[in-house]
Amino acid sequence: MERRKERIDRGVKVRSDGIYALNSYREVFYLAFPRLIPILGLLVICPLFSEYWKEVFVSTAVYALLAVSWELLYMGGLISLGQSLFYGVGAYIAGALNAYWGVPPILSLPIATLVGGVFCTLMLLPVLRLRGIYFAMVTLVLPLLLSRFVEATRILGGTEGLTGIDSFSSQWVAFYLVQVALLVAFFGFRRLEGSDYGLVIKGINDNDRAIMSSGINIYWYKTQILFMAGAVGAFAGAYGAHYDMFAGIPGFALDYSILPIAAAAVGGMGSFAGPLLGAFILVPLSEILRALGALRIVFYGLFLVFAVVGLPEGLFHFIRRKYEQIERWVEVDKG
Amino acid sequence: MSDVLLTVSGVSKHFGGVVAVDDVSFELKAGEIVGIIGPNGSGKTTLVNIITGFVRPDKGRVVFKKEDITGKPPYHITDVGIARTFQMIRPFYQLPAYKNLIPSLFSPRVRRLLGGKYGDRDAVAMDILEEVGFERDSSVPYKSARNLPHGYLKRLELGRCIALRPEVIILDELFSGMSIAEVTSTVPIIEKLRDEGIAIIMIEHRLRELFQITDHVLVFNFGRKIAEGTPEEVMNSNEVKEAYLGSEEIEEEETAC
Amino acid sequence: MFAAILIYGFINSSILALVAMGFNLTFGISGVANFAYGAIYIFAGFLVWIFLNTLGVNYFFSIILSFLSSFLLGYLMYRFVILRVRGLPLSEVMATFGLGLAIMELFRYLDFVGVKYSLPVFIDGSVSIGGHFIDYQRLLIAVIAVVMTVAFYFFTHYTKLGLAFRAIAQDDETALTLGIDPDRIGAFSLALGSSLAALAAIIILPLGTISVENGYEVLINALAVCIVGGLGSTVGVIVASVLVGYSQTLTANYIEPHWMILVSLAAIAVVLVVKPSGIFGKQKELEERV
Repeated sequence: MERRKERIDRGVKVRSDGIYALNSYREVFYLAFPRLIPILGLLVICPLFSEYWKEVFVSTAVYALLAVSWELLYMGGLISLGQSLFYGVGAYIAGALNAYWGVPPILSLPIATLVGGVFCTLMLLPVLRLRGIYFAMVTLVLPLLLSRFVEATRILGGTEGLTGIDSFSSQWVAFYLVQVALLVAFFGFRRLEGSDYGLVIKGINDNDRAIMSSGINIYWYKTQILFMAGAVGAFAGAYGAHYDMFAGIPGFALDYSILPIAAAAVGGMGSFAGPLLGAFILVPLSEILRALGALRIVFYGLFLVFAVVGLPEGLFHFIRRKYEQIERWVEVDKG
Repeated sequence: MSDVLLTVSGVSKHFGGVVAVDDVSFELKAGEIVGIIGPNGSGKTTLVNIITGFVRPDKGRVVFKKEDITGKPPYHITDVGIARTFQMIRPFYQLPAYKNLIPSLFSPRVRRLLGGKYGDRDAVAMDILEEVGFERDSSVPYKSARNLPHGYLKRLELGRCIALRPEVIILDELFSGMSIAEVTSTVPIIEKLRDEGIAIIMIEHRLRELFQITDHVLVFNFGRKIAEGTPEEVMNSNEVKEAYLGSEEIEEEETAC
Repeated sequence: MFAAILIYGFINSSILALVAMGFNLTFGISGVANFAYGAIYIFAGFLVWIFLNTLGVNYFFSIILSFLSSFLLGYLMYRFVILRVRGLPLSEVMATFGLGLAIMELFRYLDFVGVKYSLPVFIDGSVSIGGHFIDYQRLLIAVIAVVMTVAFYFFTHYTKLGLAFRAIAQDDETALTLGIDPDRIGAFSLALGSSLAALAAIIILPLGTISVENGYEVLINALAVCIVGGLGSTVGVIVASVLVGYSQTLTANYIEPHWMILVSLAAIAVVLVVKPSGIFGKQKELEERV
């Protein structure tokens, strides 16, 4: 007698069509449960923690926004090594609006989100036509370019940065604002991914030739996702500027670039839940490891390597498989 | 004489020292099927790539319904109404067959033709798949492209073109890799498209099947058009005989890719 | 003034050429964009320092040891990281980027910061050329850069191994059928690229202090030169180093030294917009058309 492992779908979903056939509350719960985890987790459970941990969850949410934005670009085949570009641009726009003209956060956040999105899109527009590693190279270079530019020209406060930016009216506003924004971006992008629009975007990554010969202007679609990703990242930056009451060159720092990628790699690329999960593992982990100081980035780097090389699937896909399928050993006859 | 849809005039393309296409001209009218034949490497696919904008010609012009489309990007050329299949098929393997048509149905062209609406894309996709011979009530249209046999994938490519509601369809070796039964069932689909007034260019190595449905053939060799006319005319022409001499086994030479 | 710019521009160009050579070699042969390149550069520099000052090895052997270690590091990187994601350019980029970051920030964590982290020059003193004093180290850099480029050209065009490299670069499947093992050549290309980074570090770093930021700067300069010249092209690297080198020197002279790295960055941006494959690039597949 030999044994082999058998995997059985739980069978709620008619897999070939993505249509859900729900027959009982049990099945409703089965589908809703994973989706409720982030909602309840972010809005209900996180606030129960101490002030210190609430702050940790705020910065986790900021990184998670950048990670979700990274994943959107990845979906379209664009690898960004410089999410800090989005963060820094958003932070400087909101910071400048507030510091120079006294624009309150309620206005500066949406303005920075939109203008930041447009600005980043324009900066990256020239390389959008190129395949492969070029986009990655340029995204790596641009944040450095901008930070050197600020340093050299001494605009926007130069190396000192912009200080004394208005904070949010209360800790609660600050907390819920970023968590809600994260949920909106997360579920919004997931919705997009499941739609025919998302299918086209993923198609560009897969086989741009086929999409082009379907009469679809792939550059225009890439521009659109670039804008969306840029806007989400710029929002994270603008929020960060108001939260820290500071906007400066550290906004272009590597932390904001490497952590989202590491989060996506650990959590699992190819789905939006992966980067979210990854961010909520890595950022609190790095808080625990705070004593290690600069060693943090070393860990992120190594996490990234391990995840890319040894765990290409990522945690989320593993968990999902376990959730959706029953595994069992069955005995088979040798003959 | 019906109206001319597509005019290719004096098109040439060099790749390094190799002349892939050399001063080629022809016309295509609505509701006609033009066959293009020739040995491997005679520039047939390059010509298709030039017409559909994937390769920019060194010389010459491609005009579609009075619009000069030379060197325009591929998506623009599809948008004005020229659809093509690829010789090397690369469907979206992880998607169900009918979802493979979604990008075409999502295109600006289709929306424009539908008056700004997209309609129920999944239902339309199923209709088109049935048209190209997918069994509607079976699981075939729902299977992911990875699990479909080659013949189905070829017809899926054809379906992708039909979904665009084009005026010109270019089929780059559609029949290669298909079984005889599959070809026999595909021929009426193409004839029906022709009867609807769509102009069709077929690049083929399977001459017997091609000559059943077309009466106008262009013969290519070394990038040049060496003969044009009905199948009987071209097969009797001395130049064609020369080009094919020693390559009697042309039917076995089909590229499997 | 003019003579000074001419001389210093040439030296700066030599530095850029040396820095870019290894990155370009690896990419040209195996198509791997080694984003850990800057990390290997400072790794080599710090290693020499450690051997020299902590372990008390003499300078010459420190250099040899560091050079060999870098070769080994490159080989191990291929063997344990890149081999597993071979053929997936985006994974290659992420893996090497992560690795490079880990190496560089490890040095920062270990507190390798400060003026004391500098290497002695090979030969002290300077020589006067046309009224300008050029120290021997800079002169040496220029000489080695020229020798290396010439040697490189002959290596890739006239030796068996070099020809094998070029065969792999053209089409690794065909090369496979000719009895060339792409994995061995790939590993060797990364190892060789890394040891070139080490060589550049060993002769350039005595000019200043070794710092983690050097690593980032070197990566950017290497990227700039390779993108401007066309990835994988030897002639392109030479021309691009001269172009970028002189524009940097001019910028430093007439505007401000602060802006030097901006020149590299701007050069990348301009070339990518105007001619994405670079001046001598043959990377057709990088352009969108099929």
